[in-house]
Amino acid sequence: VSVPVVWYLALAAALFSIGAVGALTRRNGITIFLSIELMLNSANLAIVAYARVAAERAGELAVALNGQILVLFVLAVAAAEAAVGLALFIAIYRNRRTIDLNRLTLLRW
Amino acid sequence: VELAVFALFAALALVSAIVVVSHRNPVYSVLSLVVTLVSLAALFVLLGAPFLAALQVLVYTGAILVLFLFVIMLLNVGREEASREGSGRLQKIGAVLATLLFGGLLGSLLWGRFVGFSLAPLTEETVAVRPLAAALMSRYLLPFEMTGLLLLAAVVAATVLAQRPTPRSGPGRGGRS
Repeated sequence: VSVPVVWYLALAAALFSIGAVGALTRRNGITIFLSIELMLNSANLAIVAYARVAAERAGELAVALNGQILVLFVLAVAAAEAAVGLALFIAIYRNRRTIDLNRLTLLRW
Repeated sequence: VELAVFALFAALALVSAIVVVSHRNPVYSVLSLVVTLVSLAALFVLLGAPFLAALQVLVYTGAILVLFLFVIMLLNVGREEASREGSGRLQKIGAVLATLLFGGLLGSLLWGRFVGFSLAPLTEETVAVRPLAAALMSRYLLPFEMTGLLLLAAVVAATVLAQRPTPRSGPGRGGRS
């Protein structure tokens, strides 16, 4: 029995909601970063599922490749983003001795 | 069989995702994010993208999350944050928000045209990696090369940012100004 595609999309929606709420309610910078990675991955799951649907609607297997290549680029960008973001955290920690986002209020108006 | 595998890994992904956002210690958050990403890799295999599944395991759990672990242990944030993190009220509001957001997304999904759309079973042609490589090297060659450039820029930026600030940078080594 094949899995209905809407289940994949529902799972992606659930993971995205969890990640979004985690990014909004936590105060630790690292945990917020992890929540953002979770949201990126749920988007990846949705993209792959939609790519399969598009390929079957078009009746052409190559259509699914476009979605998979998009996910590949998302992976690369996520890697770059993680490297730069964690370097930023290290720099902030060196200056302020904390990465608690409630205490980093230098830019607050 | 496919349904059982999907249910297993979906449940695993959901539970460990909840642990990621709710655990106080960031080290455990990273470790359960590993579980989430590996089960997402299994779902990629079910969706006919085995190359992406391998890449997910290699790049995410192999590289990115190890980087996270390094930084957490370097900064030693685990114990410091635990005392002040997460009042009960905030977590309750968060749970309500998550339910609302999920309800909205699910509603828009059920409104759409994908309800009851089942995918065809996987075939040899569906999971082939060779067309992916061909497309990446021909049609998507320019974005591919730009990704390489982006990664190079990220490496340089991370090195500069995480570099120990030098008070007086000598003429030979370009310190942070």
